[in-house]
Amino acid sequence: MSDVISLTDIRRVFTMGDQQFEALKGVSYNVAAGEFVAIMGASGSGKSTCMNILGCLDRPTSGQYLLDGLDVGTMGPNQLADIRNKKLGFVFQGFNLLARTPAVENVELPLVYAGIHAKERRHKALMAMEQVGLSGKEKNHSSQLSGGQQQRVAIARALVNNPAVILADEPTGNLDSATSEEIMSLFMALNKQGITIIMVTHEHDVAAYAGRQITFKDGKIILDSKNGLTV
Amino acid sequence: MDFLQTLKIALRALRTNKMRSFLTMLGIIIGIAAVIAMMAVGSGASYVISQQIASIGSNIILVIPGSTTSGGLRTGSGGAQTLTSDDVKAIMNECPSVGLAAGTVRTSGQVVYGNLNWSTVIMGGTPELFEIREWPVTAGRNITQQDVDSAVKVCLLGQTVADNLFGSADPVGNIVRIKKIPFTVIGVLERKGQSPQGTDQDDTLFVPLRTAQRNLSRSHHTNNVGAVIVKAKSEELLGKAEEEINSLLNQRHRITGGKEPDFSTRNLSEILAVAEKSAKAMSLLLGAVASISLIVGGIGIMNIMLVSVTERTREIGIRMAIGAKKNDILMQFMTEAVLLTMLGGLIGIALGTGGATIVSSLLGWPTMISIQSISIAFVFSAAVGIFFGFYPARKAAGLNPIDALRYE
Ligand SMILES: Nc1ncnc2c1ncn2[C@@H]1O[C@H](COP(=O)(O)OP(=O)(O)OP(=O)(O)O)[C@@H](O)[C@H]1O
Ligand SMILES: [Mg+2]
Repeated sequence: MSDVISLTDIRRVFTMGDQQFEALKGVSYNVAAGEFVAIMGASGSGKSTCMNILGCLDRPTSGQYLLDGLDVGTMGPNQLADIRNKKLGFVFQGFNLLARTPAVENVELPLVYAGIHAKERRHKALMAMEQVGLSGKEKNHSSQLSGGQQQRVAIARALVNNPAVILADEPTGNLDSATSEEIMSLFMALNKQGITIIMVTHEHDVAAYAGRQITFKDGKIILDSKNGLTV
Repeated sequence: MDFLQTLKIALRALRTNKMRSFLTMLGIIIGIAAVIAMMAVGSGASYVISQQIASIGSNIILVIPGSTTSGGLRTGSGGAQTLTSDDVKAIMNECPSVGLAAGTVRTSGQVVYGNLNWSTVIMGGTPELFEIREWPVTAGRNITQQDVDSAVKVCLLGQTVADNLFGSADPVGNIVRIKKIPFTVIGVLERKGQSPQGTDQDDTLFVPLRTAQRNLSRSHHTNNVGAVIVKAKSEELLGKAEEEINSLLNQRHRITGGKEPDFSTRNLSEILAVAEKSAKAMSLLLGAVASISLIVGGIGIMNIMLVSVTERTREIGIRMAIGAKKNDILMQFMTEAVLLTMLGGLIGIALGTGGATIVSSLLGWPTMISIQSISIAFVFSAAVGIFFGFYPARKAAGLNPIDALRYE
């Protein structure tokens, strides 16, 4: 199987004044296409820092990151924006939808920046909304949707451009357990369709949905297990 | 990202904060309205002056008795009676740069028709006078050289005089009495409007020069003229003509050495050109003062845009995470700023135009709004948006996506 993501000795050092803090201390792992990975670990262990690098929102201080075989480290800001737009889909803990904007327009947003025409945009957005089970809520603003529904809109937005990977940082963090289960079954369904998912979570039962669990501690991977077996 | 979408996003952002958008725009609205109104008043004033210049006739030199150079208070200019019809003839014949010259006498008196009377200015003139002043008749005929030579008792009425004595009736052929002497009305002059000094030029009655000299003048020197109006052959020859007249009259009046001349010349067009220039300068000055308010408005735009960028930091982060490039964000905020100022500009243009129209109808000020000043105002308002919107937009575009996403 080809690897969608390949991290080699990724380090991230934060500098605050004259203090330095190494949040990632040499992280290496590969993710194959179609995998569903849960990233676990204590608070402050570097999970989000790693996700930001995966999402091309941040750059590693050193180390190599290949996304779909492309070396992200050599790319300029506009190329990275393109990568985020076309190859990645983000799902955040806080949903991060645009306020006072209808759900369907939130879903359309990546297509707007991809330069796709209005008609095709609307068509694709409606399909993505159907996929996450939100048909009929197109016109609702985020204030008129439940937390679970808002997260579905966010997932539809992440899906709409057919990304190689969906990155989700604590997608169920703000949801109750019943709604969390709904979101996880949605992720499972999407994963079955072949979409690669990398998800950060604190909850073991949420992590159990994923086929592979990677555990961080103090900026390092301490455990990488697939179907209960350590890799 | 297509422009239509950018526009839509900008419009939504402005609609979200309607009151704030309007208040921000108000600075631009007031600025643009002030610029438009001031330019309208200013160019209206200079238009009126240029009209008045045209109404006097072009390339005119006025020769009046008495000195104004020094001790002018002695008799007041025009007080002495030193110019004669022979001087007029000499100016006409001996000054090569002079096209036409006309002697005039001026008095005032009551004109009576039936049981109506009207006090007005009575001018004695020759046919050249009307040619120089470019002042034709609308009814009847003009004064002829023959009228002058034989001192016929005929008169031409200015529109104001005709209106007051005859109303809507045709005055031509009727007899009016000027200082108890009967005169036949031979014609009515075209309306001329106000003089640069603000007097009604149509409140005048004209009689042949010699008739005036003989019958209406208080002076017993019946050959004297009150003033000579001279038209130079061309604008370039104005100065030369003035010199020629001066040296000719000095010679004729035997003015040598330190002796003060008993006449003086005035170049009317020059005086008015100066007035026109100052009116133009005034309108520029007014425009400049008004544009200061535009700058103040622009600073208001910048201020609100900065607030807006801070408020929407998270939105910017989301857009960046989803694939917006720096340029997309820059354009979004620039569009918002320019939209704000252009909308303000349009409202300001409407308000300024309306204001100028109200001012002109209420105060009777002449105002003129040109397409030019409207387009300048519009371009200016857009430029204010670009100039003052750039810094906040660049600040937005320069945000780091992670920091923007984390912003509370
Ligand atoms: N921009 C930054 N500047 C300085 N230090 C940072 C920055 N971002 C993260 N860190 C530090 O890096 C470490 C890892 O942070 P990170 O957000 O990756 O933790 P996490 O594993 O996601 O924790 P949580 O589960 O609470 O979300 C923390 O100690 C944090 O203080
Ligand atoms: Mg985190």
